[in-house]
Order: sequence, then structure tokens, then C-alpha cells
Amino acid sequence: MAAPATPGARQAPASTPYVYDVTRKYWLFIAPATIVVGLVIVFPWIFTLWMSAHEWNVTGDHAFVALANYKKLLTDQRFLDSMWRTFWFTLLATLIPIVLGVWAALVFHREFPFRGILRTVFVMPMMATPVAIALVWTMMFHPQLGVLNYLLSLVGIAPFAWVYDPNTVIPTLVLVEVWHWTPLVMLIVLGGLAGLPTDPYEAALIDGASSWQMFRYITWPLILPYVMIALVIRTIDSLKVFDTIAVISQGGPGTASETLNYFLYLQAFQFYNLGYASAVVVIFFVIIIALSLLLLYLRQRTKWTD
Amino acid sequence: MTQHRMSRRRILKAGAAAGLLSALPAPFVARFALGQSAFDWKRFKGEKIDVLLVKNPRSDLMQAAEKEFLELTGITVSSEQVPEQQQRQKAMIEFSSGKPTFDVAHLSMHVQKRLSEKGNWLEDLRPMLADGSLTTPDLDFNDFGKAGLNFCTAADGKQNAIPTFVDYWILYYNKELFEQKGVAYPTSMDEVYTAAQKLTDTSKGVYGFVSRGLKNANVPVWTSWLLGQGVETVSKDGKLLTDTPEAIWAGEQYKRMNREFAPPGTVGFNWNECQTSFATGRAAMWLDGIGFATPLEDPSKSKVVGKVGYGVVPKGPKAQHSAIFGDGLGISRTSTKKGAAWFYVQFITNKQNQLNILKNGAGSPARNSAFANQEVVRESKFGKQWFDCVLESAKVGRPGLPVIIPVTEFRDVFGVALTNMISGADPAAELKKATETFQPVLQKSEQG
Repeated sequence: MAAPATPGARQAPASTPYVYDVTRKYWLFIAPATIVVGLVIVFPWIFTLWMSAHEWNVTGDHAFVALANYKKLLTDQRFLDSMWRTFWFTLLATLIPIVLGVWAALVFHREFPFRGILRTVFVMPMMATPVAIALVWTMMFHPQLGVLNYLLSLVGIAPFAWVYDPNTVIPTLVLVEVWHWTPLVMLIVLGGLAGLPTDPYEAALIDGASSWQMFRYITWPLILPYVMIALVIRTIDSLKVFDTIAVISQGGPGTASETLNYFLYLQAFQFYNLGYASAVVVIFFVIIIALSLLLLYLRQRTKWTD
Repeated sequence: MTQHRMSRRRILKAGAAAGLLSALPAPFVARFALGQSAFDWKRFKGEKIDVLLVKNPRSDLMQAAEKEFLELTGITVSSEQVPEQQQRQKAMIEFSSGKPTFDVAHLSMHVQKRLSEKGNWLEDLRPMLADGSLTTPDLDFNDFGKAGLNFCTAADGKQNAIPTFVDYWILYYNKELFEQKGVAYPTSMDEVYTAAQKLTDTSKGVYGFVSRGLKNANVPVWTSWLLGQGVETVSKDGKLLTDTPEAIWAGEQYKRMNREFAPPGTVGFNWNECQTSFATGRAAMWLDGIGFATPLEDPSKSKVVGKVGYGVVPKGPKAQHSAIFGDGLGISRTSTKKGAAWFYVQFITNKQNQLNILKNGAGSPARNSAFANQEVVRESKFGKQWFDCVLESAKVGRPGLPVIIPVTEFRDVFGVALTNMISGADPAAELKKATETFQPVLQKSEQG
């Protein structure tokens, strides 16, 4: 029985079956993308989850162990150490390039002689392949024959062990990351600086504001959304860094530079503990998603408002 | 394309022969083969085989020989070289799938021997060795050294591969530095310590000894010391011997040599850093595989050309051994072109191709005849001492790694323990902890 029409109420579409037909047609359009996403993203994820609940032998045998792999991970000191090490590495390899990148962007935003050439030179590290860079740095870090210790000796500083000491390996690897990726932060922030309005600065000058005050109260709030973009990119990149560590230190000395990603590589591709490695993947994924959501939330809060 | 298929009668004959011969070791089988029907290199003309190789100079030589093989047999070879670690992963995954894409695979038997046996990856070559129509009369199976053959022969006698290369661990020493300090080549492991003490001169940046400190890579250094006690890391019945007094002694030796006389940063050194230290005259002794003579005698890469001494690893408290590592070529059990694949294996491991490895400085071949070639010895830039060192090391060769499935995990767990020792940890405590960690891994590997 049809309901009585209420005056002023929105009328139901006259041709509901037609709308239904249109939806079905739309399915055809999104089907290719849905299939690809399903095969490339959803299925591997479900399969990884399934594998993480198994004792999975690469020779073909596997047994269901429910959450045993996760339970084992929580008591695996090497895994826990690698997780904290990953956070420590990520913190350093994110914040230092951000600080230096913002500073470099402010410098290169000003007019000065040879600015274009110098800016190009500054960006060059970013263009090189990480593995090639890692190989060059490995030679430079050699305690006896590396150029870095030679340069230190010229100014009377004792040789340094660089990546060949468990206590200095993480800061040294961060040094490589900083050298490699500070230009990226600089480019992102420089893009933001180029788009800033000039009116607030003119008003501030008239009001007698100092350079620091103009940076603190005008420039910084306006470039903050760009800094947040750089922060998100750097955080995710630092969390999943692998090639630099694999080439330069191979997780060593001992396990001193073994991050989550390297631990995962060893379990999956060296020891062939595929079920255990899948559990690491799941935990790693949760960490990345949580951090990304946090950063995206912060970015949302720093967006310009009307 | 010409296809050669075996008749039912021939298969029955071959099967019966294989059954009879399976009880015999491969050398007897090879002798038996010579009395059978005529061998024809063109028998599998027109076939094409796929070969999986490891990226190294020996594989370059193998690929260079493919043209000659095609002319000789009419068999086309499609081979690829993959870097070692990735190649092992590829072999593992493809063999486990049951349908590998290659017919012949190069295997690092010191790592993959037990795994390949348990997974039943490879064809037992004995029936083909027994078949005179499939095995060339020139094969001369007895020419292969015992060390290489041990790696390629399963405990039940199956001949799973043919050896191509054997790596002997030796002690490189800088003759000039030894002369300057009036030190003689050490005759015992204790003397290695005292020699290193005399040779270390930190004011000149010269260190008495260098060896691998990087985890995983460092394990053969420790096992080399351990072999001086006459024991290996795993007993024949599969028990770990890694926290025994002998293993702890080897750990102490490893620790004191690397802490007291090695260059700074040795804790992160792999062979390449060691090579750099030795080649620049900054290290007086270097314990490592025999394959580094080529760069050490190359003036463009080394400052110690002509000054390098090659010595057999000195004797330990109870024994004298050289840690050995070996590679081999095996035929996939599921290959449909086993005949052509076997022809390839025979050709690529023949006397001439093995000699080429030696001539080109690509390592130490598995055939004894290569070292007996006086012309090569005379013309070699390595000098007679290198050849003598290989032959003497071969006499005392013993596996440097245990024949178990989780070799890589073994190297990782004990590698970390050794690294910690260089940082000052107590060898007994570290080895006890590592043994407790690895014991369940070893047990589980044989259960699955």
C-alpha cells in the first residue's frame, strides 16, 4: 500500500528500476579496477594473514598454528629489539632531514648569486640510486682506508669506526639517509614557499616585525602543511628502508642495525620461515597504518583554513 | 627437432642396471660404464636445455663454452647467471614448486647439500654414469678430488651432482712484513697468535691478522679454528657440538685474534674489507678462501703483488685441517631432458674446462688433473706455492659448515655470537646461548 504524500516532503524518484539499472551498468566500469585491486592488494593480504596463522614450510608442508606466530614474536627479543631500533632510526632519519630541508628551503628561497647552480647541486643526491649510493658510502666508511677517516685525520681527529661499531652504526646509517633525502624535503618546502602570499610580510614590515618574528608567526604556519607532507613521506620511507642497510651493514655488526624490514627479509628469504615472516608483515603493516593515520590527522589539523 | 626417446626394453634394462648399481659408489659405476655401447655426443642433437648458474667468473667461463658445446652436440644451452643469494632463493623456490624452469642447476653444496637431498631435488646420476651410451669414455670420474665428490654424494650413495669447484681455506701472509719482523710462517694455531703479536705495529697502521667479523660471513673463521681440535660443529648423528670445550677454545681463539691484532672495525668486516686491508699491506695475515689470489696478484688492485705467501692452515691442538666449501652441477629430477642435461654436465666439467678455471684464475677446480698440469703451474702468476697450498689443503680438507638444512640460520645465530665476542662477550656464554637458540631449529628442520 502506498504511503500518503506529505506536503513539502521530497518525492521518491519516479523511476527506481531505472536507477537500479544504472548502478548495474556502473559495476561494469569499476569491475576492471575492482578485479585488479582484489588480485593485487586484497588477495595477497588475505593470503598473508592466512599464512601468518600457519607454520609454513617453503618445501610445501604447512600446519595451522592459529596465533602462535604472533605469540612467539612477542617473546622474540631479536624481533622486539629490531622494532625499537626501527623507531629510533625512523625518528632520526625523519626529523633531521626535515630540519635541514626546511632550513635549506629558506636559504634557497632567497635571491643570491649562483642560486640555480647551487640548488641543482644540492638536489643531486636525491637523483642517485640508493644501492649505488650505499656502495660508495661503504667504501668511504672503511676504517683504515676510507676517505672520511682520512679527512678527520687532516684536522687531527682520531679515526672513527662508522658502521663498523655497534654503537655508531645507526647514527651513521642515518647520516646516509639525511644526505640522500634532505633535498626532497627542501624541494617540497620550497614549493610551498613559492606559493606564499606577500601581503602578510608587507603588513609585518610596516608593523616593525623582526625576521625571526616573520618566520615564527607568518612563514612557519603557512609552510606547515608542506612540512607535514614531507613528514608523512619521510616517515613511511624511513620505516621501510632496506637497501641502504642491506648493502652497507647487512643488519650488523651483530644485529646492531637490524630493523624490522631486515629482520623480515632474514626470516622470509634466508631462513624460509614464511608463516613467521607473514606475522611480522602483519605487525609491520599495522605500525605503518597507525603512524600514517596519526600523521594524516596532524596534517589535517595544520591545513590552512579560510 | 630430433627427439630421442628410450624404448620400453631399454628403460627396463636401464632400470635393472640402476637397481644393481645403486648399491655401488659412483667410481665403480663409472668404470662399469666404459664397457657398454658406443657413446655419441650428437645423440640429443636439436634439444634445448635451461641452466641456472651463480654469478661468478666460473659461470662466465661456462657460458663461453656453450658455443663449443653446441657445435659438439647440437644441444642449445640457455643459461642465466643470478647473484649467489638470489640464486639460492630461486633454486629453493623452483625446486620446491616441483616444476623448476631449469634442467641443470649450479648448487652451493656446502649450503644446499642436505636441503637438496631431503627435498629430493636432484637426479641420481649413477644410472647414467653406468650407461656407456650416455657417459663419455673421457669422463675419468676418478679424476675428481675426494673433497668435491663428498659434497656431491649423499649419505646413501646417490651421486646428486658433479663437483665443479672446491674452495679451501688458507692463510695468506705478507712475506715482506714477515721478513721485516723476522717472523717465520706459523706451524701451529698458537704460533699464529704469537706471530700476529710480533707483526702488529699500530703506529704504522699495520695489523698482524685480519679475518671476517661480519655475522654469517664470520662462521667459517671460527670453524677453521675448531677443525684444529679435530671436530666439526655437528656430530655425524646430528648433535650440536657448538658449546663443547673445543668449540669454546675456538671461540676464544677467534675472539683474541680479532680483538687484539685485527684492524679497527673488524666486527663489520666481510671478505672484501679483509681483502682491502691485506691488499694494501695493512694486515700481515688473512684467513680466508683460496680464491683471492687473482686480485691480490693484480697490480691494479693490490700493493702486495709478488709478496703474498700462501700457507696451509696451521695445525691446531689436536689436528690440522683446511675448511672446505664446494659447488656442483646437478640435474633436476623432474627435467624432461635429462640426457641432454647430462651431456652438458659432462662437457662443462671435463678436463679442459676445469683447467680453464685454473688458467683464468677463477678459483680451484674440482679435478685433480688441473693441478698436475705443469704448463699452467709455470705460466701462472700465482706461483708454485699457491698450487702446493691447494694440493696440501686438499689432503687435509674437511667441511667448513655442517651438512644440515638450516645452514643459513646456523651461520646467522652463531655469527651473532661471534660478533658479540669481538665486542667483548664471553665465548662460553655466547656459544651456550647460541646453541640453545639453534637446537630447536635444527630439530625441527629434520622433522618437517
